[in-house]
Amino acid sequence: MTTALAATEIVSQLSAQFPGAVEEAGTDAVLVKGEHLPAVVEYLKTAAGLKFDYLNFITAVDYYSYFEVVYRLTSLEFNRYIVLKTRCYTRNKPSVLTLTGIYQGADWQEREIYDLMGISFKGHKNLKRIFLWEGFDGHPLRKDWNR
Amino acid sequence: MTTTQELTLKTEPFILNIGPMHPSTHGVFRMRATLDGEVVTDIEPVFGYLHRGIEKLAEERTYTGIIPFTDRLDYLSPMSNNLGYCLAVEKLAGVKVPERGEYIRIITAELQRLANHCVAIGAMFNDAGAYFTPFLYMFRNREKIYDLFDMLCGQRVTYNYMRIGGVSQDLPEEFLPAVAKFLPQLKKFLDEYEFFVKQNEVFVARSKGVGILSKELAINCGISGPVARASGIKHDLRRDDPYSIYDRFEFDIPTAENGDCFDRFYVRVQEMRQSVRILEQAIKQVPDGPFRANVPQVIHPPAGESYAHIESPKGELGYYIVSDGSIAPYRFHIRPTSLINLGALRNMVRGWKVADLIFIFGSIDITMGEVDR
Repeated sequence: MTTALAATEIVSQLSAQFPGAVEEAGTDAVLVKGEHLPAVVEYLKTAAGLKFDYLNFITAVDYYSYFEVVYRLTSLEFNRYIVLKTRCYTRNKPSVLTLTGIYQGADWQEREIYDLMGISFKGHKNLKRIFLWEGFDGHPLRKDWNR
Repeated sequence: MTTTQELTLKTEPFILNIGPMHPSTHGVFRMRATLDGEVVTDIEPVFGYLHRGIEKLAEERTYTGIIPFTDRLDYLSPMSNNLGYCLAVEKLAGVKVPERGEYIRIITAELQRLANHCVAIGAMFNDAGAYFTPFLYMFRNREKIYDLFDMLCGQRVTYNYMRIGGVSQDLPEEFLPAVAKFLPQLKKFLDEYEFFVKQNEVFVARSKGVGILSKELAINCGISGPVARASGIKHDLRRDDPYSIYDRFEFDIPTAENGDCFDRFYVRVQEMRQSVRILEQAIKQVPDGPFRANVPQVIHPPAGESYAHIESPKGELGYYIVSDGSIAPYRFHIRPTSLINLGALRNMVRGWKVADLIFIFGSIDITMGEVDR
């Protein structure tokens, strides 16, 4: 069984490594500040005993007052997973840092989020729409998108 | 003798557009291939020709009303898609599936894996240039599985069979004997098929060492399923994160080391044998009792979120659902196996010829319905 890495266990480790990076530690997810995200992920991927080398998926949710980007990482070696979240509090051109430098698999998923949710990923080398055509009006997965 | 360099010919890369309407692109896949002579130097996939906005549409449907959409994701394995979705909602709403329902689900999901691999392997031979003979041999068996599903729910392609808390209707009396009769036939066929193909010099020459995907790159790209296992990643959610009742069956996880096209073919054939093994165990153990839990037609799961993933025939298929307590999901995200598995295609095809590009692409086994959603 792929077990969840308890947030309490990892939060103290992360807070020691990156002071101020953890915004909130829930029961099943760790909320990380946007500017620290790539560093935290890089640490989770490479640190001995963690080895979260596999990115399951990235997605984003629109909660009106903020956008939440959700990352699920798995460690194939230890058969554990962790869910990371980060928030953007603006509706006008929200952006988070890209993970394409850490996981190649993040490339198209970030483009998908950009296309459908309108969150741009800073540092992404080829950030353009993936499913819809250039010039499409708006980002349909946003809750205020008007058909 | 003058060489090309002395002449300083002006050269420029040739860009070839393949697809979206092309018989070897498994639907509406399109790629812009940059060629140097006949050698592929780069490709750029272009998506979106089958984008139906299922994630958005789902936000306006009841939880049960979404099940038919999942049929239309990976239309070569709708039962698996149904299963993954129902598991995610059941996790969210805390529904327990009765024993008989669990067994029916496993039987249909494994039959679906067999049907999917029939197409995957058959289509791979088409892409290799063995036009339609190996394909139709495989299709003959897929047809038998489709007849079984027809018996079960009256549908041949989009089944809409599973429900939250079980399945839509009980097994007909003649179903299990029909499966029991089919399995030995399939086993015999697989032996025969593998014998013919493995010693075929042309196929071996076309596939061994072609389109190698290294283990490190596969992990980095998040690749799953038979493609990952052919690269030596022994990861199968049926064993590593058992869902439903998979922990009760004995089966092996076939892997290979080279990560080339041949290994991807070979792993799939071995997986079909393992599915037959699971089915043989499952059909003997099906208990009596209800096939569906008592779930209201319109459910209101509590607010929260859930992620359930299954080992679909193509790899890790996941559903991430955010609920706000109403009758429709607040956010519905599908982890698309096919899209993520394509992530390393660019690295795999560089340096190979155009004919190999088609073959390598075919060996990944994707469905555009799931890529574009």
